[in-house]
Amino acid sequence: MKVYVPRDAAARALGADDVAKAVVAEAARVGIEIELIRNGSRGMVWLEPLVEIETDAGRVGYGPMTVSDVTGLFTNNHSKSLGLVDALPWMARQTRLTFARVGVIDPLSLADYRAHGGLVGLQRALEMSSADIVAEVTNSGLRGRGGAGFPTGIKWNTVAGAKADRKYIVCNADEGDSGTFADRMLMEGDPFTLIEGMTIAGIAVGASKGFVYIRSEYPDAIHVMQSAVTIAQAQGLLGSSVLGSAHTFDIEIRVGAGAYVCGEETSLLNSLEGKRGVVRAKPPLPALEGFMARPTVVNNVISLATVPVILEKGAAHYQNFGLGRSRGTIPLQIAGNVAHGGLFECAFGLTLGTIIDDIAGGTATGRPVKAVQVGGPLGAYFPRAFFDTPFGYEEFGAKEGLIGHAGIVIFDDAADMLKQARFAMEFCAIESCGKCTPCRIGAVRGTETIDRIAKGDTAAIPLLADLCNTMKSGSLCALGGFTPYPVMSALTHFPDDFAPVKEAAE
Amino acid sequence: MLDSVANTTLDRILADHSGLEGPLLPILHAVQAAFGYVPQETLPTIAKHLNISRAEIHGVVSFYHDFREAPAGRHTLKICRAEACQAMGADRIAAHAQATLGVDWHGTTADGAVTLEPVFCLGLCACAPAALVDGQVIGRVDEKRIATIIAGCRT
Repeated sequence: MKVYVPRDAAARALGADDVAKAVVAEAARVGIEIELIRNGSRGMVWLEPLVEIETDAGRVGYGPMTVSDVTGLFTNNHSKSLGLVDALPWMARQTRLTFARVGVIDPLSLADYRAHGGLVGLQRALEMSSADIVAEVTNSGLRGRGGAGFPTGIKWNTVAGAKADRKYIVCNADEGDSGTFADRMLMEGDPFTLIEGMTIAGIAVGASKGFVYIRSEYPDAIHVMQSAVTIAQAQGLLGSSVLGSAHTFDIEIRVGAGAYVCGEETSLLNSLEGKRGVVRAKPPLPALEGFMARPTVVNNVISLATVPVILEKGAAHYQNFGLGRSRGTIPLQIAGNVAHGGLFECAFGLTLGTIIDDIAGGTATGRPVKAVQVGGPLGAYFPRAFFDTPFGYEEFGAKEGLIGHAGIVIFDDAADMLKQARFAMEFCAIESCGKCTPCRIGAVRGTETIDRIAKGDTAAIPLLADLCNTMKSGSLCALGGFTPYPVMSALTHFPDDFAPVKEAAE
Repeated sequence: MLDSVANTTLDRILADHSGLEGPLLPILHAVQAAFGYVPQETLPTIAKHLNISRAEIHGVVSFYHDFREAPAGRHTLKICRAEACQAMGADRIAAHAQATLGVDWHGTTADGAVTLEPVFCLGLCACAPAALVDGQVIGRVDEKRIATIIAGCRT
């Protein structure tokens, strides 16, 4: 009998390791032989640790489990039984393409990976010309899932066309945005998908070396990715002859050192080269002069991990999902003060209101939703009035917001939006790489200016707006350039929190 | 000055990382793993080995939050300060931890047991507030859990 207890960091943070031990002990106690599999998470974090038992009808879930719940797990009518996991509304409503195997398979079993459709995309790519692979990715409509939304195929085409002695694939796994954990879940739950995607990218553009730059805050993901690369090398997926072909491709795992700005592609490249993670001016594009001044594809984890399914099912299949210029699916990460938080992959186009009220079930505290921040610390705070906004790159852009890496953080009515605006400036000041003055100095002045507003100095409000304008147009990267989004959205949509009423309260 | 044992460790680290492209961050991580921090005394040797200036290495060490220039306490407690955790009361939890330990961010308790660090996102945003104790992740942290963690660090 197969029993699944997730090894995902969120499940472990909620006690999955102790539950796993208890499951083994309970099986021994009742004399049942089990095969314990530490899978990834299904994405229903409010049900973690979610234990699954394989039955003839399918996998039956139990959760959220505690150690004491494990007693009697193998009898009928367990109080935490959820029925078939695939039939739960959260699962049944999703379109899982990128995350099809996450939570389903043993993350470190290449055999399990193959049994669930893994390597089909790479096999197909090996029979295609480089130009055809690039065309397939371009036609799928896939755009950079890191946040910038640049068409992946066009970036690949630039690298493919560049002449150089060597080229690189760099996977940006520096997922620093609050409210996002899709990269982490994928790396911990289905690492071979990322390896396969990077390998396809290497074949498409003529690169033989790849790096995965993972943030140090993700010890579990680092461990799983490192193990997966070692397995892939031993089993001939990586190395001098990829799956027995004439192609060479290998991957090295690198660990960041706690700098948020290294999620920006040019500072990531500097960091990878062993330098301070300072942003580079563009041009030259990293696609032409990236790592070690060689042509480099820098893609987010989710972009690269989506490539195998595009090659497996074809560009048209992927392109068929979505809305407007946002094609395919997006793994939403619903977090913060949320009743049902976790990862939900679906086609672009759901409204923010459907996501918050319907799928996520509102707040954990049961209080009204006051604000929702989409796209990490550089994303705008949206009020309920914007809940009709469909989830898409252009749709959020039109409302002075961004979808970023699709992290959605919910706040209840206890949130103080002036405090949130101040935090955005404070965070920018802490994490600025220091290259651009509007970011380095502006963020410090920004916190001071918001402190003046908090003391009732309304004259400081236009000053803050002016400062935000300067930061927006005077910064090289999104850290300085987008910090004005959370600040100005808080000010614009929640003016009461910035009103001199505060003076009376003091 | 590094003693001969430390010098041997450093030489081994440098040898282990030869052949890497852009090896400085992996070297610094390994040095910190071996010594608990990045001792100033290691910098000239690393600089010579990589044929870069000592100032350049200092620039890199001081740029990244992870690299310590002095040893930490016996345990490191990191508490997430980012937005998703704020939405679930992370500021309150952090203030509680600071008051209990009697230290500010980056401080180490007088008994050397705990260093308190802020962290901006552990990717545990759907089970906030989150903390990391010596590499172990913890979700839905509350005041009681903080007390248990601190007690555990002090035994």
